[in-house]
Amino acid sequence: MNILIWLIPLFPLLGFLILGLGFKRIPKAIASFIGTGTIGISFIFSIILFINSTHQITSSPVHQLTSSPVHHLFTWFSIGNLTIPFSFLIDPLSILMLLIVTGVGFIIHVYSVGYMGHDEGFNRFFANMNLFVFFMLLLVMGANYPVMFIGWEGVGLCSYLLIGFWFRNHEFNAAAIKAFIMNRIGDLGFLLGMFLLFTTFKSLNFNEIFSLAKGMTPGNGTMVAITLLLFVGAIGKSAQIPLYTWLPDAMAGPTPVSALIHAATMVTAGVYMIARSHILYLLAPATMNVITAVSLFTALFAATIAIYQNDIKKILAYSTISQLGYMFLGLSMGAFTGAMFHLTTHAFFKALLFLAAGSLIHALNGEQDIRKMGGLKSKLTKTWWTFLIGTVAISGIPPFSGFFSKDEILLSVFRNSITLWTIATIGALLTAFYMFRLLFLTFYGKYRGQADRESSIHESPKVMIIPLITLAVLSALGGIINLPGLFGGSTMLEQYLAPVFAGAEQFIRPPNYSVQPLTEWLLIAVIVVYIGAMVLIAYSRWMKNKLVPDAKVIEKSFFTRLCVNKFYVDEAYDAVIVKPVLWFSRILDEIVDTGIIDRVVTGTGRVTVWTGNTVRYLQTGHVGFYLFVMIGAIIAILVYNLLIL
Amino acid sequence: MVQNLNYIPIHDYLIFCSALFCIGVTGVLIKRNALVILMSIELMVNSINLLLAAFSAYTNDPAGQIFVFFIMVVAAAEVAVGLAIIVVIFRTTHSIDIDVLNKLKW
Repeated sequence: MNILIWLIPLFPLLGFLILGLGFKRIPKAIASFIGTGTIGISFIFSIILFINSTHQITSSPVHQLTSSPVHHLFTWFSIGNLTIPFSFLIDPLSILMLLIVTGVGFIIHVYSVGYMGHDEGFNRFFANMNLFVFFMLLLVMGANYPVMFIGWEGVGLCSYLLIGFWFRNHEFNAAAIKAFIMNRIGDLGFLLGMFLLFTTFKSLNFNEIFSLAKGMTPGNGTMVAITLLLFVGAIGKSAQIPLYTWLPDAMAGPTPVSALIHAATMVTAGVYMIARSHILYLLAPATMNVITAVSLFTALFAATIAIYQNDIKKILAYSTISQLGYMFLGLSMGAFTGAMFHLTTHAFFKALLFLAAGSLIHALNGEQDIRKMGGLKSKLTKTWWTFLIGTVAISGIPPFSGFFSKDEILLSVFRNSITLWTIATIGALLTAFYMFRLLFLTFYGKYRGQADRESSIHESPKVMIIPLITLAVLSALGGIINLPGLFGGSTMLEQYLAPVFAGAEQFIRPPNYSVQPLTEWLLIAVIVVYIGAMVLIAYSRWMKNKLVPDAKVIEKSFFTRLCVNKFYVDEAYDAVIVKPVLWFSRILDEIVDTGIIDRVVTGTGRVTVWTGNTVRYLQTGHVGFYLFVMIGAIIAILVYNLLIL
Repeated sequence: MVQNLNYIPIHDYLIFCSALFCIGVTGVLIKRNALVILMSIELMVNSINLLLAAFSAYTNDPAGQIFVFFIMVVAAAEVAVGLAIIVVIFRTTHSIDIDVLNKLKW
């Protein structure tokens, strides 16, 4: 049992080492076998862990785990009274994340075999992907903040490496650097939060901190500071306002990377971290309010931008930001299971959407502009089917998975405030709108790309289609894992995660409204009707009227222009932060470095040369002169000594 | 022997040795013949030797006289090297005038 746990992260690491050190010498067939196989093995082990954990829960009293969930590997370091063990925490929450990371990761790896098949950096790609999975596993398995932080930093590194995977393109490199720097800002918050945690609790282990925290009363100022700092980390990693601008640019990486790192796993690390530290957050209601504001604003803001984007991957990226906003919204309402549920279903349908988009891009030889697509339904039937399922799932149309998870979050919002619920619902409607816009513009209508390319459009190979179908099935049926009682379900996920969130109920603020089943039905009906209306509007705009977003539409109104240009956030950051920093560094370069430091350095050299040039004429070569100088000097020393003594 | 040395007062030795040393220094400074300069240096060394022996007798400490022997050995070796250099110089330049030896300069 114990051996299984550390074997799970070991296999991806081994895969990375073999592929990374073997580099180009390993043939592609073997490399793809190693790359996918290692993740597959980890997935199998995770399933075994999962089955064991369900046995434990069913066979023991409610909300009690029989064995200790912490598995100690070795002591990482020990300084003074700070001891950091390298240990893994295996509880339902981390097992859920393990299943998502290795499961969705495995599917995406299989897909990558086809997608990256013609790329010369094939082995490097799989090495980096395996390394990413390794770090992601450390992140979710760590039993203390420092181990989590290794994973946290490691996934950031892999994200950087994979965004800049095609490093010959300077724009891609710039996008990679942008992602790295944005993440670094967040990581600083995470690090400071850890320091504050240590000074407060004298420990960094989850178990010790959380059991101490359970005895505290809410509203503690230190708690607010800790949770806010950790949330800054989550903002950076999970691309929330104001640190979200890196995610759309991160689409420069290969599409499987976008699916795995920038949709399904890494960007959800922030959600996982807050769910893991839920007790700390419940102790800080002020932070919860901040999260509510940030997440709600992000969800709406990103959805608005997504409506006016024309790059298929950028639309999906803004959609990811928006959906992450919903997860944080759920967290801030105390609906941790709801957030984790949405995280799971989002991993399914967003990975599906990205992979389907990848299949599309693959078929069109790298074309990503939806204005040059259209009419692909008949040519890419399987891709169309899977993309359709993904779209329906993310839009929240029952009975697909996105409906249940989003509904659960919206319901938890409704319990607290109707105003917030209205705003969140508008965001959900926008999701349906931009997703169907994307669907209509790509697969329906007439082909708008270059005519000579039309004949070369082909469906992707089986190795890409099978992962798509698997994810499509998961996206369609994923809602089953936490079917609410309203639909005759048994909320399996909630019961499974209950031991993790046990003992936190006392801190969750009581709901303002108690929701009757009838109200719930009514809310669902309202949402579904409005989503239907959104789909119809999208249909009439882009199907019936065959509107294609072009320059004329952009000129139309101030608000449209604002949306098309992503609210000029990048430009604002450029003007407020990037430009002044560059200006300051140029000043340092021109005045301090070349003006002062360089002059001092070259000045020293010049003085030495000048002295040498002048003094060397003393060396006349006349032995008699040397003798005179020698004796004169000796006499001078003697006289000096006499005078002194 | 020691008693004989002691018949002469110590300041006579001092004056005599200083005179010898100064003659040596003057020789080094004013002579242009390398051989003579070498001889002048020997004169300076021996004036010091004599002074050491005199003080040794004066203080009844034989260490000074031991020193003298060491200095003699070292001086003999040094003269051998010095003469060898002078021989080589003479072979190449056919002169031992130190004013001719001004090739080693900037």
